[in-house]
Amino acid sequence: MAAKIDQTQVKKVAKLSRLDLTETEAAEFTGQLSAILEYMEKMNELDTTNVQPLAHCLPISNVFREDAVKESLGTEKTLANAPQRDGEFFKVPKILDEI
Amino acid sequence: MGELRYRVVVGLEIHVQLCTKSKMFCGCALSFGEEANSRVCPVCLGMPGVLPVMNEQALEYAVLVALALDCKIAEFTKWDRKSYYYPDLPKNYQISQYDLPLGSGGFIEIPLEAGRTKRIGIIRAHLEEDAGKNLHTAGNFSQVDLNRAGTPLLEIVTEPDMSSAAEVRTLAVELQRMVRYLGVSEADMQKGHMRFEPNINLIITKDGVEYKTPIVEVKNLNSFRVLERSVDVEEQRQLDEFLETGEVMGMGNKTTRGWDDINQVTVLQREKEEAPDYRYFPDPDLVPVEFKCEWLEDIRSRLCELPIKRQIRFVDEYKLSDYDAGVLTAERSTAEFFERVVAAGGKPKRVCNLLTQVGLKLANEKGCSVAELDITPKDFAQVSNDVDGGILSASGANKAIELKAQDPDKPFSVIYEENNLIQKSDVGELEQIVEQVIVDNPKAVEDVTSGGKKSKKAQSFLLGQVMQKTKGQANPKVVSEILDRKLG
Amino acid sequence: MQSELLNMSCKELRDGIAAGRIKSAAATEAVFGAIEKYEPVIGAYISTFEGRALAKANEVDAKIAAGEPVGELAGVPVAVKDVMCTTFGVTTCASRILENFHSPYNATVVEKLLAADAVIVGKTNMDEFAMGSSTENSGLKETVNPWDTTRVPGGSSGGSAAAVAGRMCFAALGSDTGGSIRQPASFCGVVGLKPTYGRVSRFGLVAYGSSLDQIGPVTRSVADCALMMNVIAGRDPADSTSVDEKNAPVCDYLEKLDEPVDKLKVAIVPQFSAGADEPVQKALTCALDVYKKLGAEIIEVDMPHLDYAIAAYYIVATAEASSNLARYDGVHYGHRTENAGDYVEVYSKSRAEGFGKEVKRRIMLGTYALSSGYYDAYYLKALKVRNLIRGDFAGAFEKCDCVMMPVSPTTAFKIGEKIDDPLTMYLSDIYTISANLAGVPAISIPCGFDDSELPIGLQILAPAFAEDRLLRIARMFESNTDWHRKKPTIVE
Ligand SMILES: [Zn+2]
Repeated sequence: MAAKIDQTQVKKVAKLSRLDLTETEAAEFTGQLSAILEYMEKMNELDTTNVQPLAHCLPISNVFREDAVKESLGTEKTLANAPQRDGEFFKVPKILDEI
Repeated sequence: MGELRYRVVVGLEIHVQLCTKSKMFCGCALSFGEEANSRVCPVCLGMPGVLPVMNEQALEYAVLVALALDCKIAEFTKWDRKSYYYPDLPKNYQISQYDLPLGSGGFIEIPLEAGRTKRIGIIRAHLEEDAGKNLHTAGNFSQVDLNRAGTPLLEIVTEPDMSSAAEVRTLAVELQRMVRYLGVSEADMQKGHMRFEPNINLIITKDGVEYKTPIVEVKNLNSFRVLERSVDVEEQRQLDEFLETGEVMGMGNKTTRGWDDINQVTVLQREKEEAPDYRYFPDPDLVPVEFKCEWLEDIRSRLCELPIKRQIRFVDEYKLSDYDAGVLTAERSTAEFFERVVAAGGKPKRVCNLLTQVGLKLANEKGCSVAELDITPKDFAQVSNDVDGGILSASGANKAIELKAQDPDKPFSVIYEENNLIQKSDVGELEQIVEQVIVDNPKAVEDVTSGGKKSKKAQSFLLGQVMQKTKGQANPKVVSEILDRKLG
Repeated sequence: MQSELLNMSCKELRDGIAAGRIKSAAATEAVFGAIEKYEPVIGAYISTFEGRALAKANEVDAKIAAGEPVGELAGVPVAVKDVMCTTFGVTTCASRILENFHSPYNATVVEKLLAADAVIVGKTNMDEFAMGSSTENSGLKETVNPWDTTRVPGGSSGGSAAAVAGRMCFAALGSDTGGSIRQPASFCGVVGLKPTYGRVSRFGLVAYGSSLDQIGPVTRSVADCALMMNVIAGRDPADSTSVDEKNAPVCDYLEKLDEPVDKLKVAIVPQFSAGADEPVQKALTCALDVYKKLGAEIIEVDMPHLDYAIAAYYIVATAEASSNLARYDGVHYGHRTENAGDYVEVYSKSRAEGFGKEVKRRIMLGTYALSSGYYDAYYLKALKVRNLIRGDFAGAFEKCDCVMMPVSPTTAFKIGEKIDDPLTMYLSDIYTISANLAGVPAISIPCGFDDSELPIGLQILAPAFAEDRLLRIARMFESNTDWHRKKPTIVE
C-alpha cells in the first residue's frame, strides 16, 4: 500500500504550520505521519452519511457578555514578554508582503 | 482593428468597524489613537490560556445592518477560525464566520440622478474581529500595535452589480449614511472605520466576441475620492493590458493591487499564486448563535427609516427638491430635527432653508448636530413662520437663529428688538419714505414710468434706495406694492 | 509526625488547621521537606514557591488565630500543573517556547484555589502542551513514577500525579484532554477526575484541544477529589463553554459522598475491555465483584464505536491544537529565534527551536487534517465519528448509572519504551479518550496492583454533570477497599 503522505506533502504541511524541518525530521515525520494516517483509515469502516458532525459536545448556544469596558493591561504589561520591542511597539523584521 | 466596446464590472468587499464600547471578545475599550499597545489585554493579545466571550452588542449591531440590507438572517450561525500567520494577528487565526454568515442574500438601494435608484445585491454580511496594525518604519524592521486587534468588524460583500466608478462611490456614500443612521459605526473612511476593496474587471466585446479581463482587487483606499478614482484608473489599465496581452479571467489569476496615491496608479501587491489555505474550522471556544424570533423582532424594532427611503419621502411629502432632501437626510439627526420643526408648525420649504443655510452651518462650527444647538424645534418653527408672516426677512431670520444659538435663554422678541430685525410693514410710515425716494431720483422714476427695457432695473434700484434708508428693515413686499401703486 | 502529617487527607488537614490543631505553616514546611527529599529523584515540579507558600500558610494561620473566616481549602498545600496560568513564577507548559513566559493573569481555577485559601506550593511537570501519555515529552525535565523510578508516571499530568503520590503536596490540579488526569492517576496509584466538559472553567488553561480539555483534581482519596471539586467547579463568565447553574447546578460534592447509590447499575463493555493486559482485566473483575457484593447489578452494554475513538480523537485534538498553538510564534511573547533572516523565519525557526518533536508531529497532523482537500476525509469525518461515540454513551446511560472499564491497557511502562513509536503511544489512550469525545465525567481510582507492584486504576464513567453520583459510586468502592492507602516505597 502506498504511503498516506509523502515527503513533499510533509514539507508543504510544515510550511503551512510555520515549522522549519531538517531533512532528517522531514523523513522521520513522513514515516510516522503515514502510519498514523493509515490508522485513521479505520474511521472509513463507519458509514456516517446521515451523521451530523459534532463540534461541541455541549448543547448550549447564545453565550454573550455585556458590552462593558474592562481595564486593559497597559502598554508596559502588554510588552513585558515581548522578545523584542521598539518603544511602545512589538518589533519584528521588516514585513515586505501585504496580506 | 475591429469594433471594440467594453463595460466595467465592480463588486465591493466592505469592512465596517462597529462602534461598540468594548472589543468583540474582550473588555478592552475600542481605540481612538491612544498610545500604541495600551488597549490590549491577555485575550486580544492572544496569550496562552485566554478565551473569547462574544460581545452581544456587536452581534446586534451587525444584525441591524444585515436587516437594513434586507438580508436573510441565519437561524443558526457559528464562529470559525481563519488561519494565517501575520504579526498583527496575535493568535495567528482570526475569529470570523465562514459557511454560515449571519446575513445573506440582501440588497442596497443607491440613488442615481433624477431621483432614480438602483439595487445592488448583497451576497453576505458576517462578523469578525479586526487585526492590529503593522507599521513599516524607515529601518529594517516593522512595528506592531495591537490596539485595533479584536475590534468588531462587519464584512459585507456585494454582488458585482456596479457598472461605473460613480456608482461605486454612490454605494459607498449610501452605506456610510446607512450605518451612521443606524448608529452602529462612525464610518469615517480616513480613520479606517470603513474600508472598501473593489473587485474590478472589464467585459470587452471585440469583433463580436465577449472577453472578461482578470479580476483585480484594489486595497489601501482611504477616501471616497480615491475609491472612485481607483475604478477609473483600473478600467483604463485593464483595457490597455487586455489590448497588449489579451489575458482573460481564469482560474487563480485574480490579483491584488494597492493604491499609490502619489502617482494615482494601482500597484501590484500579490502576484498570482495558489489561493491561501485558511483551514477554516468551527471555533471550539465559542458556542453557536441561534436567532430566536423574539430576539430578531426586538432588533428589527430598532431599525429606523433608511436614508434613501427618507430622502424620497421628503421629496414627495414636503415637496422639497431632491438636492435639499439629500442634504437634510445626510445625517439622521438633521432629518429627524427637520421633521420635528415641521411638526411644530414650520412650513417645510422655509424650515429646510433655515436648517440648510444657518442651522447646519452653526452645527458644523460647533461640531455638533442641529439638534444639539440649544435651539428647540419650536424656536425654529417660530422664526420660520415669522419670515412667512413678513415679520422677518430671510437674512433677518438667519441672524436671529445665530443670535439665539449664542444666547439660548434670550426670547426671540428681545433678540428681534435689540437687533432691529423686525421688518417695517407700516404702510403709512413706508409711504413717506417712498415719496422721498421718488423725489430724490427723478431719472429712475422716469425709466420706470416710461416702461421699456430699463423699467425693471430702475424699480429695483428704487426699492434698494428704500431698503437703504430703512437700514434694511423695510418689508420689501410692502415697499414694492407702494411703488407699484405710486408709479404704476 | 512529619510522615503522619504528610499522609493526611486534604479534608483531615483542613479540618485540623481550621480547628487550630495543626498549623498550615507546619504542613507546608513538611511538604517542602518532602520536596527536598524526593524531588531530586521524582522530578515532579517545574517550579516551586517556598517563600510564597509559607507566607500564605502563615497568613491563613493568622486568620484562624484571629477567628476570621477562611476558605474551603484553608492552609492546604496543593500543586497545579504548569499548564495553568499564574501571575507568580513562570507558566511554561513544559515547553522551551514558553520557558520564560510570565503570565499577567491567573487562570480562573488558580483564582479559586487562592480564594479558598489553598497554599500553592508549585507547578508540576507534564508532557509539553499536555501532548503525551508519559510526561516524557516535557521539554524541561524528566519525571519518574514514585512506585518504580525506572518507569513513567503517565501523562500528560505526570508531575501532578507523581507529586500527589510522592507526598509532595496534598492534592493537585491536572488537565485531561484524552486521559491526561486519569492515566497518570492510575499509573501513580492516586485518584484522578476528569469532570464533565463545561463543569470547570478553562480560562487560563493553556489550550491543547479546546473542545476536549478539562481541568480536574488529582488526589489521594475520593473525598479529597470531592473537596477539590467544591472549590473549582462552576460557571465562569470568562469561559463561554462553562455551563451555568440553571442548566447544571453545582452541588456540595462532599455532602452526600458517603451515601451509597441505591440499586446501582453498572455497565461493562466486555469486548472492549478485553484489550487490556491480563492483570488490568483481573483487577477490573475484582472491582466489579466488590460492587456486586455491595448490591450493584452488572450489565453488559454494546458501545460499538469506542474502537474508533483513537482515530477520531487524534484528528479532532490535533486539528484544534494546530490552531491553538499557532500563537507561539516568537512575535509577542515566548522564544524567538536569533537566526531569523526575515519575519517569516521568526515564525518557522522560533517554532522549530521551541517545540519538541511530539508537539511538531501533532501540529503537522492537525494542520493536514484541516487543510484544503483533506478536511472532509479527516476532520469532518472525525466529528461525525465523535457524534456516534456520544450516541454510544447516551444509549448506555439509558440502561445504567455508570460504565466501568480499565483506565489504561497496561500499568506504568518503562521510560523510553514507547517514545519512538508515536502510534503505539497513541493506542495506549484507548480507554480514556472516549470520555473526552463525549464530554462526560470519568474518574480513575486505585483498584489493585500488578505483579511488579505497580498500581492499576479503575475507570468509572457517568452521564454529563453527574459528578456527584460518580463520586459517590467511587466512594462506595474506596470505603470497602484499601488500595488507596498503599504508598510508594520511596516515601516510606
Ligand atoms: Zn482585550
